[in-house]
Amino acid sequence: MTQVNRLPGGQIDRTQSCKFTFDGKAYTGHPGDTLASALLANGVRLMGRSFKYHRPRGPLTAGSEEPNALVELRDGARQEPNTRATTVELYDGLLAKSQNRVGSLRFDLLAINDRFSNVLTAGFYYKTFMWPAALWEKLYEPIIRKAAGLGSLSLKDDPDVYDKGFLHCDLLIIGAGPTGLMAALTAGRAGADVILADEDFALGGRLNSETLTIGDQSGADWAAEVVGELATLPNVRIMPRTTVIGAFDHGVYGAVERVSDHMYAPDAGKPRQVLWRIYTQKTILAAGATERPIAFENNDRPGIMLGGALRTYANRFAVTADKRVAIFTNNDDGHRTAADLHAKGVRISAVVDIRPDVPRSLDYEVLHGELVNTKGRLGLTFAEVRLADGTMRTLECGALGLSGGWNPNIHMTCHQRGRPLWNDDIAAFVPGADLPAGMVVAGAANGNLSTTGALQGGAAAAKQALGLKGRLPKLPQAEDAPVNLKPFWYVEGCSRAWLDQQNDVTVKDVKLSHQEGFRSVEHLKRYTTLGMATDQGKTSNMGGLAIMAELAGKTIPEVGTTIFRPPYTPTAIGVLGGRHRGQEFHPKRLTPSHKWAEAQGAVFVEVGNWLRAQWFPQASETHWRETVDREVLATRNSVGVCDVTTLGKVDVQGTDAAGFLNKVYCNGFAKLAVGKTRYGLMLREDGIAMDDGTAARLAEDHFVVTTTTANALPVYRHMEFVRQCLFPDMDVQVISTTEAWAQYAVAGPNSRKLLSQIVDQDISNDAFPFMACGNITICGGLRARLFRISFSGELAYEIAVPTAYGDALIRKIMEAGAQYDVTPYGTEALGVMRIEKGHAAGNELNGTTTALNLGMGRMVSKKKDSVGSTLSEREGLNGEGQLYQVGFKPIDPKDPVPAGAHLMNADGPVDAAHDQGYVTSACYSPHLDHAIAIGFLKNGADRMGEHMRLVSPLTGVDVKVEITSAHFIDPEGERLRA
Amino acid sequence: MIIDHPLLGPRDAAEFTYLGDAKLIDRPDWQSETARQDFYEYAYLRENPAGWHQELWFHEAGDRSWLVVTRNTVTHEISKVELARDVARARGRSK
Repeated sequence: MTQVNRLPGGQIDRTQSCKFTFDGKAYTGHPGDTLASALLANGVRLMGRSFKYHRPRGPLTAGSEEPNALVELRDGARQEPNTRATTVELYDGLLAKSQNRVGSLRFDLLAINDRFSNVLTAGFYYKTFMWPAALWEKLYEPIIRKAAGLGSLSLKDDPDVYDKGFLHCDLLIIGAGPTGLMAALTAGRAGADVILADEDFALGGRLNSETLTIGDQSGADWAAEVVGELATLPNVRIMPRTTVIGAFDHGVYGAVERVSDHMYAPDAGKPRQVLWRIYTQKTILAAGATERPIAFENNDRPGIMLGGALRTYANRFAVTADKRVAIFTNNDDGHRTAADLHAKGVRISAVVDIRPDVPRSLDYEVLHGELVNTKGRLGLTFAEVRLADGTMRTLECGALGLSGGWNPNIHMTCHQRGRPLWNDDIAAFVPGADLPAGMVVAGAANGNLSTTGALQGGAAAAKQALGLKGRLPKLPQAEDAPVNLKPFWYVEGCSRAWLDQQNDVTVKDVKLSHQEGFRSVEHLKRYTTLGMATDQGKTSNMGGLAIMAELAGKTIPEVGTTIFRPPYTPTAIGVLGGRHRGQEFHPKRLTPSHKWAEAQGAVFVEVGNWLRAQWFPQASETHWRETVDREVLATRNSVGVCDVTTLGKVDVQGTDAAGFLNKVYCNGFAKLAVGKTRYGLMLREDGIAMDDGTAARLAEDHFVVTTTTANALPVYRHMEFVRQCLFPDMDVQVISTTEAWAQYAVAGPNSRKLLSQIVDQDISNDAFPFMACGNITICGGLRARLFRISFSGELAYEIAVPTAYGDALIRKIMEAGAQYDVTPYGTEALGVMRIEKGHAAGNELNGTTTALNLGMGRMVSKKKDSVGSTLSEREGLNGEGQLYQVGFKPIDPKDPVPAGAHLMNADGPVDAAHDQGYVTSACYSPHLDHAIAIGFLKNGADRMGEHMRLVSPLTGVDVKVEITSAHFIDPEGERLRA
Repeated sequence: MIIDHPLLGPRDAAEFTYLGDAKLIDRPDWQSETARQDFYEYAYLRENPAGWHQELWFHEAGDRSWLVVTRNTVTHEISKVELARDVARARGRSK
């Protein structure tokens, strides 16, 4: 098919062609076209099916406010649903499909819904699918889900990259129409750092759509000249294809730049879109205005569009939707459309104006009356007019322009909860006084709908925003027509007159909503869905409000608007995520031994952001338990090594360092000798345990504190809080050194023998006893730290070196330990050994447990003040019935003891009211050859040896267990001190 | 949101971690007769003002200063930003 509806002129590049495909059919357009303009040029008006009734629809607009012409763009992994044909820039090879249809676009099987329109009214789903309840999940929901929704997802990974960026400027100008361009010119010439952003690919706004002149130039030429000058100014950044989506606090704006959407595929190394965060001192909102339609019976047929859109198609894209066009208007703008189209050789069937004092024309017929209905199954063919004197006329036309007036695009003025004001002159909302800080609104967005108003507004806004002195620059001569408008929203007596074409909401639905008591605008929106979905009611909200106002006997401003929220136009989740997807979702932190562990075939597990070795399988091992059991036994029988770098390390220095630790730990540190390490328990102020670790005193005024891996950050934050906010004059400094030191646990009876070969100093039991710590050197001089602490319950050390030597140290340990068959172990074996030893960890310090629950009640010093000490003495946390940490073993050694299961008395009822406690950590103990667990039990300390039922009704667990000490291994601690 | 750090100038709120009401600076005396009641109120009771509010922010991705930010909870306007340490001293928390 040739481009039958292509007109002369326009701003398309006729020297080049773009071949594209819509629903499998090939067409040709030109660079400068949108998908919608190119389809219209080819005589295609039908572009989609409506959401609910599957009525045939074509574009209503020529911009981002489009409710109807939603298509699936591209194919394969790049397929994107719900893109607006009116904003999709045409490129060679573009592929698009219509959506929301069963069968073809011309014969959509779900169009049957339209026959049941009397049933499918507002609130249909709420009223209909109420009972029987059992049918909801199995029958109703699957059917509704299948029928609902618009486009479909590819369900494949998006192959493209999305980026985030940050920009700073003095002045952000939103919109590059006459207002924005004039503002940018004024500010740019004054030397300000300016960002000029516009959602369109061609700058100029309505100047590209109109035949108006500025000075002695066409509007489009003037715009091109201004853009040319701005491009020479180094202080001005011009950003086409960039939608400012939201105004956030303190001059922060979000903007999406569509870098590659207008290409077949992004250039190598380029992102598809960029989310910019713009920090600006001042902002000029020059977002223009959006035209609104008039509702009447069957006003949704393909070919029926906004009058301004018809002008855009004719003047900018050199396209008419049909050779015969009628106009329905309540203001002078409709006559402008007729004049422009007539000048391009389009036949004007008639201009129908609801006003009695109608401007006459010599070129075409002007009627005083209103449209009452239309005909045409897949596109408009006839329009019926009722003249003011009551007689009926039928107009033959394939396109119809609706002009109901223009609404200023005030959305962003309301993103900080600003409320708009009503302006009677243009019968529309304009920005209120409570704008986001630093924002000035100008031009059509501020209700000045003439070109002169735009130019003046833009220049004045730039002056005001930047505090420029002097007069406004001399502005070129431009159109300054008044707005002659009679508010008119819908034709009396209509019912299936579409207000919101995207959601298929009719005048009748709004009336029904009111009748059923949904009278606030927010209720109306949710009950009828008016103003929802991708267009957010840009063309429909005002009509709904007007009808609500009429029914309630109020004015439109009394009824009010729903709240405008970001984003201004639909924003892909991909650009909000940016590069934070898949493996890059959060940072990946590698331990110093990672490379080495990888070479050993370690299996890794994510712990916070860290990747830690979980176990080190050997070729012969077929199950992870086999590996873990071997690692545990090897450590207990000889020696094992584990990377514990991920544990938080905090360096605490100053003359008040010990006093400071006395505040953050519930137990005392003042008397800890230099060269000694002590376990410390940290409470929250409410008396609940926060974290535990060790503090090693390396000098009188120097401690090294460890935290659990997961709490490294919160504990450090808390320590800074205590230091800065609670005890501001303590002489103490804290700094996180987690990344600065590589640290390995070397555990097992042969650990001393192993380390003696590496450490330069004497580490015999006398010289370096249990809980000793100190600065040492290794391998003949490398500075290091040694701590004789044990998480496994064995004779053990932790040895730390500056991180750069971490890889060398693990290799050295393995080499020195070869004679003892030193075995690397992972987090799983670490966990087994600490459960065997009854050491609490994250599962026990779970945000609900106190020192008393953990069996450390007596550690909370009453002789000093520490965070949490006072509230840990509260009644509810003490006395009869408290939980105590105990151990569990199965009566039948073959039974598991699963974590999460709850304890019940052996002969009592099994229900929540008789709950006795729960299991927190469980494992198979290779040392004991059966399952073991630790957990919390009511009055647990007094119930050793008791037999209980351990149940988990959800997973079907019901086993008999015996209560034991949590210390399954070496309860006297002889191994530790060996 | 932008927080005007008294040492570093305006910084994006994304660099900070929020804690809550700056009354957390006013930790009670543990040896007072009414210590338990005082700590209960300190730990659990908060005003929830629609308007000006002094609150604690931690510059976690920055210089690790705790700040007292005076912010309007309705408009998000920030009228004052101080080092929490200075506020603590002014409130008598010196040794």
